[in-house]
Amino acid sequence: MLKQIEGSHAVAEAVALCRPEVICAYPISPQTHIVEGIGEMVKSGEVKNCEFINVESEFAAMSVAIGSSAAGARTYTATASQGLLFMVEAVYNASGLGLPIVMTVANRAIGAPINIWNDHSDSISQRDSGWIQLFAETNQEALDLHIQAFKLAEELSLPVMVCMDGFILTHAYERVDMPTQEQVDAFLPPYEPRQVLDPADPVSIGAMVGPEAFAEVRYLEHEKQMRALELIPRIADEFKAGFGRDSGGLVRGYRLDDAETVIVAMGSLLGTIKDTVDEMRAAGVKIGVLGVISFRPFPLAEVRAALKGAKRVVVVEKTFAVGIGGILATDIRTAMDGISILDYTVVAGLGGRPITKKSLHALFDKAVHDDLPALTFLDLDWNIVNKQLERERQKRRSGPVAENILRDVGSSHVAQHS
Amino acid sequence: MVTAAEMLSIAAFEEGHHAQAFPSFGSERTGAPVVAFCRISDHEIRLREPIMNPDALIIQDPTLLRQVDVFAGLKKDGFILINTKNTFEELGLEDYVRDWPANRLCTLAAIDLGLKHVGRPVPNVPLLAGFAALSGKLELESVCKAINAKFSGKVAQGNIAAATEAFNLVLARAKDLSKEAANA
Repeated sequence: MLKQIEGSHAVAEAVALCRPEVICAYPISPQTHIVEGIGEMVKSGEVKNCEFINVESEFAAMSVAIGSSAAGARTYTATASQGLLFMVEAVYNASGLGLPIVMTVANRAIGAPINIWNDHSDSISQRDSGWIQLFAETNQEALDLHIQAFKLAEELSLPVMVCMDGFILTHAYERVDMPTQEQVDAFLPPYEPRQVLDPADPVSIGAMVGPEAFAEVRYLEHEKQMRALELIPRIADEFKAGFGRDSGGLVRGYRLDDAETVIVAMGSLLGTIKDTVDEMRAAGVKIGVLGVISFRPFPLAEVRAALKGAKRVVVVEKTFAVGIGGILATDIRTAMDGISILDYTVVAGLGGRPITKKSLHALFDKAVHDDLPALTFLDLDWNIVNKQLERERQKRRSGPVAENILRDVGSSHVAQHS
Repeated sequence: MVTAAEMLSIAAFEEGHHAQAFPSFGSERTGAPVVAFCRISDHEIRLREPIMNPDALIIQDPTLLRQVDVFAGLKKDGFILINTKNTFEELGLEDYVRDWPANRLCTLAAIDLGLKHVGRPVPNVPLLAGFAALSGKLELESVCKAINAKFSGKVAQGNIAAATEAFNLVLARAKDLSKEAANA
C-alpha cells in the first residue's frame, strides 16, 4: 500500500511487520523516531508477542539484545553516532557470538566537535566489527532492507546493520510502498535459531577461546560473510519475487553501459548523483554510477566487474580515515587490483554539509578531464582552514579550533540554514 | 513548520504526485529559526539537496524578515505567503515585491485562524490551506486528508475548519484580484 510517511516511521512499520520479539533501544538523534514509532505500536498492541525494553544506555541496549537473541528471540535495536560508539564492545560480542540481531544505524557524524547531522562516520567506524552493513538509498529501500536483514541475519546467524542517512532519510516524508503482513510472513519464516539458551537442552554461549582455536572461530566469521555475498543477491531476488521491486543486493549500477567515468557512492547521496549524471549524459558525457549497498561483506568481484570497462572512478564518500583519506575508496582500489583505472577520492557531506548538484557538476566536470587531485574535500572552505592555520603559526596558545572557527564563520553560520 | 511541510507532501501525495518533505535540521531548540522544505513532482524525486531556489515561500514568522534573508534564492515571481495581519507594504516589502504579480502574493492572519478554530496559536494548517488556494496546486480536500493523517478527533476537526476558512479567504481574494484585473 502506498503511503506518504516519514522514513523513520516507514522503518518502524517494516520492523513491526517482521514480528520482532524483543526491542531494546536508547534514544539518540536521528534514530529516535524509529524506536518511538515501534514503542507506540508495541504499547497499542499492534505488535503482538513483543517486549519493548527501555534501557539506560546504548551499551545496555546491545547487551540486552545479545541476551534476548541468545534466548531465541528475534531482536531489534537502533542507534546512531556516539550511541553506536558507546555500545562498541557489545557490538563486537554480538557478531563474535554469531547472534542475528538487526540494528538500524541512522547515520550521523561522530564528535568532537559534537554534531548531530548526517555522515557515515558512525557505521563505517564499525567496518571491521563483523556485522554485515547494508546502505539504503531511499526510504523504500530502507524499509525493504530491514525485512531482508532479518532473513539474512537468521540464515547466517550473524548480525546486520541497516544504515540509512540520518535526517536526510530518517526525517524525510516520501512515498513508500508498505507491504502487507501476509507478504512479509510469506517471505520471512519464524526465527529458528542455530544456537539457543534453552533450559531443556542447556548449553553455554560465550566461552573463552585461547590461541588453540581463536583464529578458527574468527575465520568462520569471515566465511559466513563470504557466504553472505551469495545470500544477499539471492534474498534480493526472492524479495523481488514476493514484493515486485528491486531492493537490496550487493551493488547497483546506473547508466554504466559505455561509461568511461564511474561515480561510486553509498546511501541517499546516490539520488543527487544520478540526477547530476543524467544531465551530464544528456550533454554527451559517458558517465555512470555504481551504488554500493553491501559495504560488509564487500563485493569485490561485483565491483570489479562493474568498473572494469571504465577509464576512471570517482569515489564520493561521507567519511574519511584521518591520516590517509578514503575508506570506501580503499576497498574500491582493492577491487580494481591489477586493472589500470585512474581513481579519485572525494570526501563530501561531512557533518551534514549539503552535497549539491552544482558542486557535483563542477567536480565531475573536472574528473572527466582528469583534473582532480587524488583526494578532494568537496566544498572545503580554504579561507577558514588557512585562517586557523595562520592563527596557530602566529600564537602558541591559539585556542580551541572549533570555537575559533565558529567565531570566524560568525553569523553566516545562521544564514546557511535559513 | 516541519509539520506544515510534511502535510503539504501528504496533500500532494493524495493527488497522485511524488512529494518529498524534510526539515533543515537546524539547531534543535524551541524558538530557533527553522526551515522546512517540500518538493512536489510528477516523477520520482531523487535529489537530496536542500531547496536553494524555491518556487514558493511560506513565512510563518514575519519577525524573521529582519533577521535573515528569507527571500534568498526565491525564483522571480514565485509565490510568497506570509503569516501576518499586516500587508506587504506594512512589512516594509513594498520595494521587494514591486514588480511581482499580485496573484503570487498573499498575507494571512493564520495565528488568528488557529486560535479561532483550534484554540491555540498554530498557524501551520491555515497557511497550508492558504497556499493550496494561492497556488491553485492543491485541492482543499487533499489538505483535509493530510490533516486527518496527522491529527484526530477535535484537533483534526478544528484544523479542518481553520483550513476551510483560510482556503476560502485566499480564494475570495484571488477572485477579487482577477475581477480588478478584468476591470482595469
